[in-house]
Amino acid sequence: MAELLLDVQGLETRFKTPEGIVHAVNGVSFTLSEGETLGVVGESGCGKSVTMLSCLRLIASPPGEIVAGKALFLGQDLLKMAPEEIRKVRGAKISMVFQDPMTSLNPVMSIGQQMAEPLLLHMGMNKEQARKRSIELLELVGIPNAADRLKDYPHQYSGGMRQRVMIAMGLSCIPQILIADEPTTALDVTIQAQIVELVKRLREELGMAIIWITHDLGVVANIAHRVAVMYGGYIIEEAPVKELYANPTHPYTLGLLGSLPKINASERTRLYSIEGMPPVLYQKPQACPFAPRCTFVQERCWKENPALVNITPTHRVACWADTTSGSERL
Amino acid sequence: MTSTAIPTGDNTLLKESKSDRKISRVERFLGPENYRIVVGLLKTPASIAGFILIGTFVLIAIFAPAIIPPVGNDPYRIPRDGFSGEPRPMGSEWKRNVPEVPGWYKLVTGKDEWVHLLGTAQGQYDIFYGLVWGTRTAFRTGLIVVISTFLIGIIIGSISGFYGGLVDNIIMRIVDIFMTLPFILMALIMAAVLTPMIGKTLIPSIIALVSFGWMGYARIIRGDILSVKERDFVLAARVVGVRDYRILFRHILPNAIFPTLVLASLAIGDVVLSFAALSFLGIGTQVGYADWGQVLSFARNWITSLQTYWYIVVWPGLTLVFFVMGWNLVGDAMRDVLDPRMRGKS
Repeated sequence: MAELLLDVQGLETRFKTPEGIVHAVNGVSFTLSEGETLGVVGESGCGKSVTMLSCLRLIASPPGEIVAGKALFLGQDLLKMAPEEIRKVRGAKISMVFQDPMTSLNPVMSIGQQMAEPLLLHMGMNKEQARKRSIELLELVGIPNAADRLKDYPHQYSGGMRQRVMIAMGLSCIPQILIADEPTTALDVTIQAQIVELVKRLREELGMAIIWITHDLGVVANIAHRVAVMYGGYIIEEAPVKELYANPTHPYTLGLLGSLPKINASERTRLYSIEGMPPVLYQKPQACPFAPRCTFVQERCWKENPALVNITPTHRVACWADTTSGSERL
Repeated sequence: MTSTAIPTGDNTLLKESKSDRKISRVERFLGPENYRIVVGLLKTPASIAGFILIGTFVLIAIFAPAIIPPVGNDPYRIPRDGFSGEPRPMGSEWKRNVPEVPGWYKLVTGKDEWVHLLGTAQGQYDIFYGLVWGTRTAFRTGLIVVISTFLIGIIIGSISGFYGGLVDNIIMRIVDIFMTLPFILMALIMAAVLTPMIGKTLIPSIIALVSFGWMGYARIIRGDILSVKERDFVLAARVVGVRDYRILFRHILPNAIFPTLVLASLAIGDVVLSFAALSFLGIGTQVGYADWGQVLSFARNWITSLQTYWYIVVWPGLTLVFFVMGWNLVGDAMRDVLDPRMRGKS
């Protein structure tokens, strides 16, 4: 078994808003081993990004607040580190790539200046070394004419190229963990495929662990080793990728997979959709947060919130119902 | 995997369709949005008129010694032709403290001796001299006040916007308190208190105008910073581990400062007007200092008989009007260019 890189236990994050306290993450636990890719899937607003930002303590505070939990990175709790220590982890050991490449680069700084920033900060390079390294990195992610393009500004790059630059910046200090927050959502399908292939290639070459946040189940199937499905601030199912697609157990996972269009479906089949909207949790749920939308809902679901339990050694699920038989799980 | 041959073909069409809009050095430096603002400004007739007016005043300020050479050691002292109280009309003979005659003077007027081109004010101060050398005073006070208020506003507004929360609340309430104070009255009181301590120079008025003039900038930059700091690239910089002050000064401020910078550069007109108001009320420089408000204040006692002595009010008044109008014309054009609804129309 590879070394355990990240061990998050019982993470809880809340936001104070004028409408009340929003419970965005409610006790999330997961692990990430060396060289592993974890896919995190879920609807918008289910707490995927907030979980990852909380681990790096990047939640704006106020209004956000990490209430409980641990995030052990190589045994050290990221949530208890001094600000100066965690600053040294960010970008150097754990880096992050964001969803929208159009807004993630500073419009008034040249690409070269922005790429040099983490190198100067964490690698102790001088400007000339940083420039050389930036050119290498840009070539690594497949930007032609890298030396000339360093002088360019973000508006002179296309969307796909900017996302490549973001990935190059994320990789610049050879981090142990790369958190990719929906890196392909804002791109069109062909560029998406290129970026996924690029990340897969770099993963082989640099051997880092990846957390890939997305709501695209196709991309996850392609890249992840293990998948965690999130809903209402909880992980509700977690399994190795093949197991999850072959044997989905939670009603929500079933719904997500069911709402994918099938290539062999007859023309007149209606595409399945999960009724309703994901909840905004102003109270910490006492019942299963998915109960109002669940087709397998039982009496117990309205009274108690199911815990994440193992149904096989690698497959965890949080549900009272047995979705294969429709009866209550014991 | 076997490598396949790279497809070759006629690429000339591709080359031609490559980006043909040349990006100039200026545009590269300013960025597309700021470049649009600058170009928009240089295209409006009103702003061009404004720039011409401002340009004329700049030239007058630079070439003041060539236009009318200084008399005595201090060029900012308006030369006096006698001590009589009554103003003398335009074109009257200049007897005492006559400046040297510059080349342009003979060409334009055809005379070999200076006359009082615009007349003299009470106490026989030459109005023309006061206006020409007063241009320098105007720019000097304008620039000092604008730069100081701008810097104070930027620092206070940045801290307020960047740290937010309680800090923001406290700073903005202080700004609110300052904004409720009547500007000219407070400046007047402050300058009046400072003058006995510092002496009759430009400094008391400058301090007074700075003390009560920074709030607008603080508010504007705060608003822009509040919006810029929520943008993704700021979070991206945090993820990389960039330090707070570098995020503020390298990532946020350059993206937020431009509108405030432009507003500040156009505020010189207002500052000069306020300064003239203080001067007119007798606060600030000693009597006889080349300063428009001072020249205008010489007319105070003769305001009831302006049918005879109109020139002591009209010339300094017009100078001030043109100066302020120049800045305001550019300012109006600026407001149009900065208006997001106007985007893409120029």
